Amino acid sequence: MADAPRLTPEQVRKVARLARLDLPDDQVARAAERLDAVLGYVERLAALDLDGVEPLTHVGGEVNRLDDDVPAATLPPEAVARLAPESFGPFIRVPKVIGDGGNA
Amino acid sequence: MSADAPTPPTALDLAAAVRDGRTTAERAVRDALDRIDALNPRLNAFVQVFAERAIDDARALDARLRAGGRAGPLAGVPVAVKDNLCLAHGRTTCASRMLEAYESPFTATAVQRLIDAGAIVVGKTNLDEFAMGSSCEFSVFGPTRNPWDESRVPGGSSGGSAAAVAAGMVPLALGSDTGGSIRQPAGFCGVVGMKPTYGRISRWGLVAFASSLDQVGPFARTVGDCALALSIMAGRDPLDATCCDRPAEDFAARLDEPVRPLRIAIPRQARGGGVEGGGGNHAAVGAALEAAAAALAERGAEVVEVDLPHAEHAVAAYYIVAAAEASANLARFDGVRYGRRAALREGDSLEDLYRRSRTEGFGEEVRRRILLGTHVLSSGYQDRYYLTALRARRRIKEDFDRAFEAGASAVLMPTSPAPPFRLGEKTDDPLALYLEDVYTVGVNLAGLPAIALPAGTAMLDGRALPVGVQLIAPAFGEARLLRIAHELEAALAFNARHAPDEPRP
Repeated sequence: MADAPRLTPEQVRKVARLARLDLPDDQVARAAERLDAVLGYVERLAALDLDGVEPLTHVGGEVNRLDDDVPAATLPPEAVARLAPESFGPFIRVPKVIGDGGNA
Repeated sequence: MSADAPTPPTALDLAAAVRDGRTTAERAVRDALDRIDALNPRLNAFVQVFAERAIDDARALDARLRAGGRAGPLAGVPVAVKDNLCLAHGRTTCASRMLEAYESPFTATAVQRLIDAGAIVVGKTNLDEFAMGSSCEFSVFGPTRNPWDESRVPGGSSGGSAAAVAAGMVPLALGSDTGGSIRQPAGFCGVVGMKPTYGRISRWGLVAFASSLDQVGPFARTVGDCALALSIMAGRDPLDATCCDRPAEDFAARLDEPVRPLRIAIPRQARGGGVEGGGGNHAAVGAALEAAAAALAERGAEVVEVDLPHAEHAVAAYYIVAAAEASANLARFDGVRYGRRAALREGDSLEDLYRRSRTEGFGEEVRRRILLGTHVLSSGYQDRYYLTALRARRRIKEDFDRAFEAGASAVLMPTSPAPPFRLGEKTDDPLALYLEDVYTVGVNLAGLPAIALPAGTAMLDGRALPVGVQLIAPAFGEARLLRIAHELEAALAFNARHAPDEPRP
């Protein structure tokens, strides 16, 4: 069984960036070590002969079911906005996203 | 109270007593609240208790019954709900800083159906954050302790619900099972815990962890109570498209009818510890497994051995699939729409807000799984990890299919390779903790129903701790599964016990 390639600090930083998580420099090595341990373990799957096996994405035999298009009550916009950490009326407040608001 | 104190009534008995006027809902709820008051400071099973509201609800129910109102099948029964199931009152925290203050605007369908049947929700129970863990230690509220030995874990992630039932606080509690989160804590706490077929119970209002695996299920002290709860919760819900469209069944109706012929299959791998390179089964786990098999054989079952050749790959496939789905599901926690938002600094972008809120809000184990899931789904790694795991998943499911096609009525396995471990023993070794799940995760990958029940004890440091086994059936085979479990329960005479009350620091 092939060993999992060890993750480089750069790869771990990239994964954290993709996951929208901060990873301070002093935590990169520990995070890499933990990820390597699990990835090393799951390499055992490489021992299986899985050629031509269709990935199993869903165990239910059920097929899509269409519901009738019936109007029903939904949560009022104000109630949804109230769940947000910062809101006013039916709106949610976020940092500026147009112009100089950053690269999100 | 001593270990010989009368066993608290089952949900079935309690509801019958309320219905017949032998007791009241208020009495039942007050008894539950008294036990919670007495035991929860030591066990930390409940993270919220709705004392006033529960008493008000009970009084209102008693008044309706006195006025001739119809008593539901759970009339006056106090129930506990794992805190990743939404409830329109109190908070729904998932034991996470992210949702510490979150108040759900609605109630989960499974919970609502219990309430509609007369149950009274007395509180929310502890869990590993977002249901990610096998010990109930990764909680912002601190760990739950095992009622049989407070130096040990109750299992997880639904450890609070398992401990609440084991300590006799409530006869019935809800959990969720993504990779064993009902069955393993049921085994560790000596109670009955059921993971129904994928799609049997609506997941509307269950905070999603891994959507192709998650399922809601009950904890109780008897198989009969689990059957009753399943009958009430199962069935189509327009709010959950993955919930099956099958006619309602009364799973409790034919429980006393033994399944004959009965063929019980024990996986060869389950006798050897489940996984290559693993430590094997603890002696008490092997003894409980053989005791359960012998008890059924004595009653006329044929006990055979089966081969589940891919079982030892279940943990590897599971941790890829579950982490991948978790990383996608937990992307919704962005500090914008709900949950925790980090304090902003001048000039912060929306992306800064996302990143800081998520880093502050999620605990270490959740962040670890998000990183793992993000990595296995990322460009260049998806085929190597994620798709490989899904291919292995098909093989794991086919192993079970073959066992049932060959005539097995149910597969019998341990719930975990060892009895409850000590608090802190495995928190620093995530992989060791993942390997605890070797017997449970395959069932989730295959979408099958399974029920865990106590089958023996392990003497550890002079204390008796429960050891569980699980029975696994074909998809939507809950009716037969419950009848087999009921027969095993009677044969082992281990049912309806609860953990001793005296302090066990």
